[in-house]
Amino acid sequence: MAQQAGRRYLRAFVGGFFVAVPVTVTVLDRVAYVARVEGTSMQPFLNPEGVSACDVVLLNRWRVRNYEVHRGDIVSIVSPKNPQQKIIKRVVALEGDFIRTLSYKNRYLRIPDGHLWIEGDHHGHSLDSNSFGPVSVGLLHGHASHIIWPPNRWQRIQRSLPVDRGPLLSSHAAEEEEEF
Amino acid sequence: MFRRALGKTLGLVGYTVQYGCIAHCAFEYIGELVVCSGPSMEPTIVDNDVVFSEHVSRHLFKIEKGDIVIAKSISDPHMNICKRVIGLQGDKVCTSGPSDIFKTHTYVPLGHVWLEGDNLKNSSDSRSYGPVPYALIRGRVCMKLWPPHRVGPMKESPTGRIIKTKPHSDWD
Repeated sequence: MAQQAGRRYLRAFVGGFFVAVPVTVTVLDRVAYVARVEGTSMQPFLNPEGVSACDVVLLNRWRVRNYEVHRGDIVSIVSPKNPQQKIIKRVVALEGDFIRTLSYKNRYLRIPDGHLWIEGDHHGHSLDSNSFGPVSVGLLHGHASHIIWPPNRWQRIQRSLPVDRGPLLSSHAAEEEEEF
Repeated sequence: MFRRALGKTLGLVGYTVQYGCIAHCAFEYIGELVVCSGPSMEPTIVDNDVVFSEHVSRHLFKIEKGDIVIAKSISDPHMNICKRVIGLQGDKVCTSGPSDIFKTHTYVPLGHVWLEGDNLKNSSDSRSYGPVPYALIRGRVCMKLWPPHRVGPMKESPTGRIIKTKPHSDWD
């Protein structure tokens, strides 16, 4: 009797396992992902207190399924230098934009097709496009939509560009105006 | 009656979600069938060949020199390309064509791979757009499945573009 009950529990457990694991993996891959932000590259917006307290952000993966991003969005990207690492940065320019770079080998640059220019808010303390150049849109991983930890800073992340940064000449000027 | 219909609908939705998720995991982490088009990999793969691309070695970082990979195009992420890995990070690769008199070499940067088609005359690859980030690789082509008379594992590179390096000994 006990053995039969045990077998039934085992079967239920295995069955539940085969549902839960694929569903979880798919949700994390396609819908949303929760990640801890490490490092100081996005200060003061993320991790304002430095190393002592790490922020947790919600990465919306559904929104980047067609690789659509806008200037000012905060996105996570697979690092082009280390495929095991993901980096979180702000999109400064899209394909076709002209941009003045901060410390890249070219002072002025046109972003090639299918690429993005990403920068951390903390200039000089961030490993971003200024060191490795424009990144391919295919490396896009998620779109940071909310800060969910610490609770006193719980907020929806608004699209915004630093005042002094942005494309000198944008390729989709007309579209942008309609949008705002 | 109504309750039973509702229950059946919910059950159906549940099964659809479950099998959808299993399918996603299989395509994402195990492998998928790919129809190749274009001349860039002739004679290894010709137009409309069906190949099986496995995604396990990509996730385990086991892609090696000489493997044929499917990768997202660097300039258009909706497009996939099928090329051979000529060099991994840190390798020395030849950037000029086989008929050029002056050979130019470069080193593949960290986290990148150098991809070239087997049909060197008719392939747009790393020789024109430079090294490709490793994360754009989607899978490794391991079997040709169609047409039936050419079923089998993939062949070695016919171009001899892979620069052989000394095999690493265990203690260095």
